[in-house]
Amino acid sequence: MKHNLQFDFLVDKKKNTLTIKREFLAGRELVWDCYTKSELLDKWFAPKPLTTKTKSMDFRENGHWHYAMVEPNGTEYWGWTDYLKIKPIDYYTSLDAFCDAAGVINESLPRAEWLVTFTDKGENALVETVVTYKSLSDLEAVVQMGMEQGMIATLEKLDELLSTINPR
Amino acid sequence: MRRDVFQAIADPTRRAIIALLAIQAMTPNAIAEHFDSTRQAVSKHLKILTECELVKQEHQGREIYYQLEIEKMKEIDKWLEQFRKIWENRFQQLDELLATIKKPKK
Repeated sequence: MKHNLQFDFLVDKKKNTLTIKREFLAGRELVWDCYTKSELLDKWFAPKPLTTKTKSMDFRENGHWHYAMVEPNGTEYWGWTDYLKIKPIDYYTSLDAFCDAAGVINESLPRAEWLVTFTDKGENALVETVVTYKSLSDLEAVVQMGMEQGMIATLEKLDELLSTINPR
Repeated sequence: MRRDVFQAIADPTRRAIIALLAIQAMTPNAIAEHFDSTRQAVSKHLKILTECELVKQEHQGREIYYQLEIEKMKEIDKWLEQFRKIWENRFQQLDELLATIKKPKK
């Protein structure tokens, strides 16, 4: 299924941010639910072939989400998200971290701040995610981890790269 | 002076130059014709791209041709592609989920 849905992916290595914009074929409220309800997050958050399982979730300001991304062989990668500010169906901000099954945050791994904004685009919803790392090495460490988790992607053509960095 | 490749692609004119050079090697004059900015401005962008080792100069007779350093571009490509793929995959799953739970249109 190929849609012509907006998808922008920008890395700013100066500001250590990653900005991802994506349009979805659904109303804003429904997309908001998919981002903020654990039973729905569990169905999409971990990239294939990993799956998501929520241990606990309390979606409110100063609440959290404690979850694991699970490899097909059963290896678990635990994550922790602290919710900071929530304005329903407009935006929320959070702080993510790596942790263990007990929810003890691993301070040696980078934490990133997330600002997730939901807007209408006609009948569709547009979600903008801005992920900010403390430093460039943090950002690179996360990518490195992704590689270690066997998510190495294939090289794509140069023109596709360019269109990604600079949709014109 | 060593620069970071990401500095090179932070600027829209430089990205456009990269796109031009992706098709063929070009002289600085030919490149400058594609832009409204001055020859000097284009030269400065080319200098930065050279410092980032994204383009290299090649002398052909009396002309200088700029060409793309494909290997270096791949470095960026690889790095970004990692991340992009993860998100793309995530969003595809969300698309599927939305399609299954979408309330019928009134």
